[in-house]
Amino acid sequence: MKKRNAASMALVLALTLVLGVLGTGCGATTQEKREVNVYNWGEYIDTDVLTQFEKETGIKVNYKTYPTNEALYSSLKSGGVSYDVIIPSDYMISRMIQEDMLDKIDFKNVPNADKVDEVYRNPEYDPTGEYSVPYMWGTVGIIYDTKVVTEPVTSWSILFNEKYSGKILMFDNSRDAIGIALKYLGYSYNTTDKDQIKEAVDLLVQQKPLVQAYVMDQIFEKLTGGEAAIGPYYAGDAVTMMEENPDLAFCLPSEGSNIFVDAMCIPKGAANKEEAEEFINFMCRGDISAANCQVTGYSTPIGEAYDLLPEDMRDNTVMYPDKETLAKCETYTNLPQDILDFYDEEWVRLMTD
Amino acid sequence: MKARYISVPYVIWMALFVIAPLILVVIFAFTSEAGGFTLEHFARMSRYVGIFANSLFLALVATAICFAAGYPVAYILARKESVFRRVGMLLIMLPMWMNFLLRTYAWMSLLEDNGLINRFLTFLGLPGISVINTDGAVVIGMVYNFLPFMILPIFSVIEKIDRRTIEAAQDLGANSLVVFRRIIFPLSLPGVLSGITMVFVPSVSTFVISRLLGGGKTLLLGDLIEMQFFGNAYNPYLGSAISLVMMVIVMVSIAIMNRFGEGEEGAMLL
Repeated sequence: MKKRNAASMALVLALTLVLGVLGTGCGATTQEKREVNVYNWGEYIDTDVLTQFEKETGIKVNYKTYPTNEALYSSLKSGGVSYDVIIPSDYMISRMIQEDMLDKIDFKNVPNADKVDEVYRNPEYDPTGEYSVPYMWGTVGIIYDTKVVTEPVTSWSILFNEKYSGKILMFDNSRDAIGIALKYLGYSYNTTDKDQIKEAVDLLVQQKPLVQAYVMDQIFEKLTGGEAAIGPYYAGDAVTMMEENPDLAFCLPSEGSNIFVDAMCIPKGAANKEEAEEFINFMCRGDISAANCQVTGYSTPIGEAYDLLPEDMRDNTVMYPDKETLAKCETYTNLPQDILDFYDEEWVRLMTD
Repeated sequence: MKARYISVPYVIWMALFVIAPLILVVIFAFTSEAGGFTLEHFARMSRYVGIFANSLFLALVATAICFAAGYPVAYILARKESVFRRVGMLLIMLPMWMNFLLRTYAWMSLLEDNGLINRFLTFLGLPGISVINTDGAVVIGMVYNFLPFMILPIFSVIEKIDRRTIEAAQDLGANSLVVFRRIIFPLSLPGVLSGITMVFVPSVSTFVISRLLGGGKTLLLGDLIEMQFFGNAYNPYLGSAISLVMMVIVMVSIAIMNRFGEGEEGAMLL
């Protein structure tokens, strides 16, 4: 659910065209050597885990990263690439299931999937639970500088408070930004009512003069360096930022927020399906998942891994908020195409205002 | 004859990575989501007029500044033989050895309200500047990144001007201003034109600079195109159509400029 930087986007954009021409890409190889092509978010794994997997199984891991769900979608859609394991977020998984882009996982080969907590089984985005195995989850909340914001922060309203004009950052992606306004207004993230979306964007238009910048990754530097004072971002990254600047604090707003799950899937036509399943199985092991969580700061869906975490991480309410607040959080589901188009249109309206 | 074979790898490269993608862009631009022929994407273009205008305007401003700042530098360097020229050229090329994105990120830290420039100004007791996240910062980013592309072509053209032409003009009584206006400047026009092209084209299509230095508050053409591929809707057809319109606008303006350039040269010959 993290978005990674613009340069890789530019590269993907260029490659989209180029690979479209080449078309073929790398087909299946029937060599003796077993391998698995893994495509994950940037900085979303403990890389030692990959070496350990190679050592234990003898399967070579070709590891690549993507910056956004949309970039992943785009590169799969334009063809010419072949991956065996991908880790999209909830709403993107449901979109890919709808568009028949994923293969069913053979759970006989993934016994460790049983370790996944009951709460994360058969989720809304994959109702039959046949296509995905949860990798990590997290929430979106407000990160703020306690030296500037001395009042208690409990609500999204702080992002619309004129007192902090010029110190506020917002998401530079329409789903997250419009989502915040929708939640603040008391609507669902997944509303398909155009009037509600329009109302939310109207609110963002009003907010625009207060906003210092619309950012993704740049939020790290701007918040830890004191350039800005308030901004919404992902909980896992909040942990990283708070380690760097102890003045920062995190709040999961009382109106509720977004809870996201990134899950491992096998795209249709994967050349090494068996190896992919072996990889997924490995990633569900308690010690492995715990190692990944400690490096990334995101939260594990595997109870066994949670128990292995150091105490201060287990008690960290940023990573593991209390059940009551979590109950108010909502996942993104895939929106129908006309609403997705409408999101882009409304985003253009906000940006050209 | 041999030279023709040597160029084969480049021709293949061009065909695969320049011509073929261009053809794809054209095909995509006229394809509807359902797969048939359509002009619908172009009909939608009217709503983006503001973005087109803003992008063209910012790119023009950046190009004008690059020309105003770059021409004198190119002129001085071209007319000075010596260490001075070599050091000058090195300094102009040096930033280009670093990654484009890193350089732009560095400008972000420089221009921020708590950035280096402002801290320095406060240190001197001067009032700070507030440039970051404005169109001004975007123009600064463009000028900084693309200035060498203005200087280099002008430099190489002026350097090649036959000294005897200048001497002849001087012998005929032209003072240095007249020599510049009637001889050097007209002869350097091809360099100026390619400099303008090489600054204007990347400026008009950039999206990283506006995102990092403009604070993502304005949408430029590059952002708009990127959004079609990596936004919510995934509409490569509309993205291609916008790219195509942008390319046509750029090509037309270059053609007009070249026409204008030829006129100048013709006038000079007369």
